[in-house]
Amino acid sequence: MNDTIMDSGLRPSRETANIVRRGLKKRYAAEQRFKLYGLLAVCAALAFLVIMLGNIIYKGHTAFIQTEVKLEIYFDEDVIDPTGKRDEQTLRGADYGRLIKTSLRKQFPNVQKRRDKRKLYRIVSAGSPFELYRMVQKDPSLIGKTQAIWISAAANIDILNKGGIDTTRPETERRVNNKEISWYENLREAGLIRADFNTRFFTAGDSRDPEQAGVLGAVIGSLLTLAITLLLSFPFGVMAAIYLEEFAPQNRWTDIIEVNINNLAAVPSIVFGLLGLAVFLNFFGLPRSAPLVGGMVLALMTLPTIIIASRAALKSVPPSIREAALGVGASRMQVVTDHVAPLAMPGILTGTIIGMARALGESAPLLMIGMVAFIVDVPQSPTDPATVLPVQVYLWADSPERAFVERTSAAIIVLIGFLVCMNLTAQILRQKFEKHW
Amino acid sequence: MSAHKYSSVQNIDNSTPVVDRNLKPKITARSVDVFYSGKQALFGVDLEIGSQTVTSLIGPSGCGKSTFLRCMNRMNDVIEGCTVTGTIKLDGNDINSSDVDVVQLRALVGMVFQKPNPFPKSIYDNVAYGPRIHGLVSGSSETDEIVENSLRRAGLWDEVKERLQEPGTGLSGGQQQRLCIARAIAVSPEVILMDEPCSALDPIATAIIEELIDELRENFTIVIVTHSMQQAARVSQRTAFFHLGNLVEFGDTELIFTNPREQRTQDYITGRFG
Repeated sequence: MNDTIMDSGLRPSRETANIVRRGLKKRYAAEQRFKLYGLLAVCAALAFLVIMLGNIIYKGHTAFIQTEVKLEIYFDEDVIDPTGKRDEQTLRGADYGRLIKTSLRKQFPNVQKRRDKRKLYRIVSAGSPFELYRMVQKDPSLIGKTQAIWISAAANIDILNKGGIDTTRPETERRVNNKEISWYENLREAGLIRADFNTRFFTAGDSRDPEQAGVLGAVIGSLLTLAITLLLSFPFGVMAAIYLEEFAPQNRWTDIIEVNINNLAAVPSIVFGLLGLAVFLNFFGLPRSAPLVGGMVLALMTLPTIIIASRAALKSVPPSIREAALGVGASRMQVVTDHVAPLAMPGILTGTIIGMARALGESAPLLMIGMVAFIVDVPQSPTDPATVLPVQVYLWADSPERAFVERTSAAIIVLIGFLVCMNLTAQILRQKFEKHW
Repeated sequence: MSAHKYSSVQNIDNSTPVVDRNLKPKITARSVDVFYSGKQALFGVDLEIGSQTVTSLIGPSGCGKSTFLRCMNRMNDVIEGCTVTGTIKLDGNDINSSDVDVVQLRALVGMVFQKPNPFPKSIYDNVAYGPRIHGLVSGSSETDEIVENSLRRAGLWDEVKERLQEPGTGLSGGQQQRLCIARAIAVSPEVILMDEPCSALDPIATAIIEELIDELRENFTIVIVTHSMQQAARVSQRTAFFHLGNLVEFGDTELIFTNPREQRTQDYITGRFG
């Protein structure tokens, strides 16, 4: 038996087994090493993610809390509306700051020096007179009454209350001096200081005062911009993909188009911003800083992504489905609308959402079309001047006030929240609508 | 053009009538050439498909039998770079002429593919799709009727009547293929083309489909491409043997399998090549 195998030029089987066994250890070791490298890579990536997210959340979570000071405010009719007309004009123009100052003086009667008084007034936010105006505007019957009101503390007091200031350091090296600290302690012991959820952060637009600044303007700006982007890029992208994939003949022209689309997807976004500036603003004269133009620029940027993703999704629909539909006599359009497009839709939607998420995080092209301006008002329509979340992050990161540090991180948390929601939606859509055959 | 190389094929054309004695030819193909991007795949095929018979096309892989099958409902139209010359007539009308619409043609000439390819929709919708797009049905009761009829004729009704709304892709391979047959007959075509309909099925499912083909012969003209000589012998009345893009021999199945005129046919059916 063995001889015949030897004769036929083959090794006896026992010998083969021995050779295999000798090599086994090495093979398994290589496999183990390979798995280890992979695991290390994943761990490293996860570690960076945790460090980044942890850092942002650690820095940003305090921005969701706002320190407030309770003051007894006497809504003095002589100050607000001496004539008693109660008209809008007078109410808006009144000196509400004086009411606060009076209240603070009453709270701290010992403060006499002019300079100290000025410091004392700065315990509360510079925007607090506006808060009072809003109250009176809502309820004019307040005039003439005295009421205890929680008023936003100034940024420095806010940081002090959150433990962000090291009081053991010499007075000249910190942002609050000893007197301010003593006033703060005084108020706190009297139970007149509280830390409340910072609703203003979610209901206000941008402001120069950190404690008055909110992300609503940027969030609405982002949503309007994204809506325009989606409205423009989704139908165009999907139609282009369907045409190229299902109808266009394969020739030199479609090859050129394909190469160009792939190139366009790799063009730096700032180039699209410059294009938008030159074409939409300078040539067509569309409004500056508007979500309309921002959306158009981002649509140009997202279009190739959507086309490429949609084509891939259409390509992954098995040809047998097309043949089946053609075989019963469906027209080519019926093949697309009844079978191919619905089957490709999860992939198309996933691609679109990923493109949208990229557009949501984009700032460079929007800087070029003026969406970097300081805008206090929350935009009401796509033609109002607005900014977007990533640009807001950029603006706040650039602001010198210390309290903007935590707000920058908080805005990043909001932005990441949106991104997570979008990517989750993409994932859910994919799982829910993906058909298996 | 190349027919003269094989005298027997010429014989078929000139002397012995190809057409079944009593029945009119349903489809007549004359000197059909097919090119894929300039490469010729079929060489001057002349063939007559008799009405209400089962015609099987046999031959080794790449011999052009599937290509010829796909010419008959112009499925080759969708293949980039494929050109078909010659004439194919369905009941005397040239199917490639401009006054025959391809959609209309495919309603008359249905197709069942090699791999069962039900739509990823419900069993009901799979069968109802054809009648719906052609506007053959109005109202749900009519659709219900056509769905039931088609499934019954495909021998699938009893197995699926309880779960018509379940996806067609959830059926077994053999059931899926019968669903595809039901889908094809739902638009009541005159001809059904079958491209190796049993190649993905086990012997039991194959036997069921073969039985079905025999029943369907009463109402439809059937052309079936198959790799299985036994299947061709079992289900068909006429057999055409293709080799290297040529129609080598065409005749009654019995004759082809018992007494082929051509040496190559003999070699193929006895398994000496292929």
